[in-house]
Amino acid sequence: MPPAFVEFLQFLLSGITSGAIYALVGLGFALIYNASHVINFAQGEFVMLGGMLTWALMSAGLDLPLAIGAAVALTVLAGLALEKLAIEPARDADVVTLIIITIGAGIFLRGVVSVTLGKDFHPLPSFSGDDPISVLGATIMPQSLWVLGVSALVVIALQLFFRYTLLGKSILATSYNRDAARLMGVNVGFVLLLSFGLSAMLGAMAGILIAPITATNFEVGIILGLKGFAAAILGGLGNGLGAIVGGLLLGIIESLGAGYISSDYKDAMAFVVILGVLFFMPSGLFGRRRTERV
Amino acid sequence: MLLEIEGLSSHYGRIQALTDVSVSVDEGELVALVGANGAGKTTLLRCLSGLQPVSGGRVLFDGQDITSASPQKRVRLGISQVPEGRQVFGPLSVEDNLRLGTVRRRGKDVSRDLDRMYTRFPVLREKRKQPAGTLSGGQQQMLALCRALMSQPRVLLLDEPSMGLAPLLTGEIFDSIEILKEQGTTIFLVEQNAFAALGIASRGYVLDTGSVVLTDTGADLLRNERVKSAYLGI
Ligand SMILES: Nc1ncnc2c1ncn2[C@@H]1O[C@H](COP(=O)(O)OP(=O)(O)O)[C@@H](O)[C@H]1O
Ligand SMILES: [Mg+2]
Repeated sequence: MPPAFVEFLQFLLSGITSGAIYALVGLGFALIYNASHVINFAQGEFVMLGGMLTWALMSAGLDLPLAIGAAVALTVLAGLALEKLAIEPARDADVVTLIIITIGAGIFLRGVVSVTLGKDFHPLPSFSGDDPISVLGATIMPQSLWVLGVSALVVIALQLFFRYTLLGKSILATSYNRDAARLMGVNVGFVLLLSFGLSAMLGAMAGILIAPITATNFEVGIILGLKGFAAAILGGLGNGLGAIVGGLLLGIIESLGAGYISSDYKDAMAFVVILGVLFFMPSGLFGRRRTERV
Repeated sequence: MLLEIEGLSSHYGRIQALTDVSVSVDEGELVALVGANGAGKTTLLRCLSGLQPVSGGRVLFDGQDITSASPQKRVRLGISQVPEGRQVFGPLSVEDNLRLGTVRRRGKDVSRDLDRMYTRFPVLREKRKQPAGTLSGGQQQMLALCRALMSQPRVLLLDEPSMGLAPLLTGEIFDSIEILKEQGTTIFLVEQNAFAALGIASRGYVLDTGSVVLTDTGADLLRNERVKSAYLGI
C-alpha cells in the first residue's frame, strides 16, 4: 500500500471511531428533541456518568461487564429522574425555559460527580486487550471495533423498535403531531419519560465505549455533548439517520483536519460545523421534509 | 344519554371561547352542531377529548364524570375524534396511521379491522405502504376517519370533515358518515357546512360565539328562518 493511502486510511479509521461516539450522543439529542422539541444540554452528562460510574464501580470491586451494566442502569435512572423531577413539573413552560433547565441539570450533575468522585482523569481497561489489528497497512485498536460494533447494534435495535413496535410508532407520531397522538390515546408524558431514559442509555454507552480510548473525568461530557449536538444539527435536528451520518461525518472531518492541517483545531471543528450548518443549511443534511398536505 | 355536556365553559387565557354549553348525544344517534367559523366548535371537541382545559361545567360519558380525565383514558373509554384538518401523521405509512388508532385497544386482533377499513375505502389498501402525507385531501379525510374507527369507539367526534374538500368529495364523506350511523355508530358531528350536516343528523344544535342558541331536530333546523339566513345563505 502506498504510504499516503495508509496514512489516509489511518485517519479515516480513527475518524469513524470517534464519529460513532458522536452519532450515539447525537441520537440522544434527536430522541428528546423529537418527543419534546427540547434540546437536552445535559446529554453530555449522560456520557460522563456512563464512564465515571463504570470506573467508580470497578474501583469498588465489580468486574467490567457488571460495572458497565450497573453504570448504564444508573445513568438511565438519572435520565428518568431528570425528566420526572425537572422537566415534567415545568412542562407547561416554553421550550427555552426547559432548555435552560437542562443546562442547570448538567451543571448539577457535573458538580455532584466532581465532589463525590473527584476531578481526576481515569482510564477504563479496554474490553478485549490492546493488541492493534492491522488493516491494509493501517492499524485499528480492538476497542475501536467494540465502538463500531456496539454502535451499529444499537442503531439497528433502535431502527427495529421504531419500525416494528406500536410503542416506537407512538413516539414517532408524538414527534410529528403531538395533539393528534394524544387523540389516539398516546400517553405523551410517558413518551417523554421514555425518550429521556433511552437518551440516557445511548449517552452512557457512548461514554463507556470511548473511556478506554480517551479516559474519562467529570468534564468529558461538555465537549462530547457539544460534538453530539453538532452531529445532530448537521444531520437535521430530530432526524435519527441524520444524527448518525452527521456524527460519522464530524468524526471524519475532525480526524482528517487534525491529520492534514493541524491537531490544534480538532475540537474547533465541531463549532465550525455548527456555525456552518446554521448559516448555510439551517435544516441540516436531512432536515425533515414536509410531506403533509394542508 | 351516552355523552352529556352540562354547562361547559372554556377559556384561552382571558378570552372565553365557550359559555355554558349543554349538549347531549344518545347511543346510536347522529347529532350535529353547526356554527360559523370561530363559534367554538373545535374548542368544544378539544374539551371533550381532554386536550383543552375546561373552566366550568362537566362532561359525563355513560354516566361517568370525565371532565378532568386524561386524553388516553377517554380514548380507552371509547371517545374517538377525527380532528379538524385531518392531522394524519404525514411521514408515517397509511397502515401505521391506522395501527396508531389501536394504542388503547384491549382486544388486539387488529388485522380484521384493518381489513374492514380497506374494504370500506379500497384506495387506502392500495396506498397502505405510502406516507400518509402523499394522499390527497379527500383520501386523508378517509384515513383520519378510519384511524379513529380503529379504536372501536363508542362515540365518534367529527370536526369539520368537509373542510377544504371539493363538493363531490364532501358528498362522499357524508355518505360514509351516514353509513356508519346506520351501522349503529354514535356520532357527534361538528360542521360549518350546516346544510350537509343537518341533512343527515337526527338532532342539531346551533353554536354562536361560544353559546348554544338553538336546538331542534335536524329537519326542523334546516327549515328554521334564523338558521337559513345565518348559516345556509338563503
Ligand atoms: N389557541 C387559541 N388561542 C387563543 N384563542 C383561540 C385559540 N383557538 C381558538 N381560539 C379562539 O376561540 C374561538 C373559538 O375558536 P374555535 O373553537 O377554533 O372555533 P370554530 O372551530 O368554531 O371555528 C375563536 O374566537 C378563536 O379565535
Ligand atoms: Mg374549527
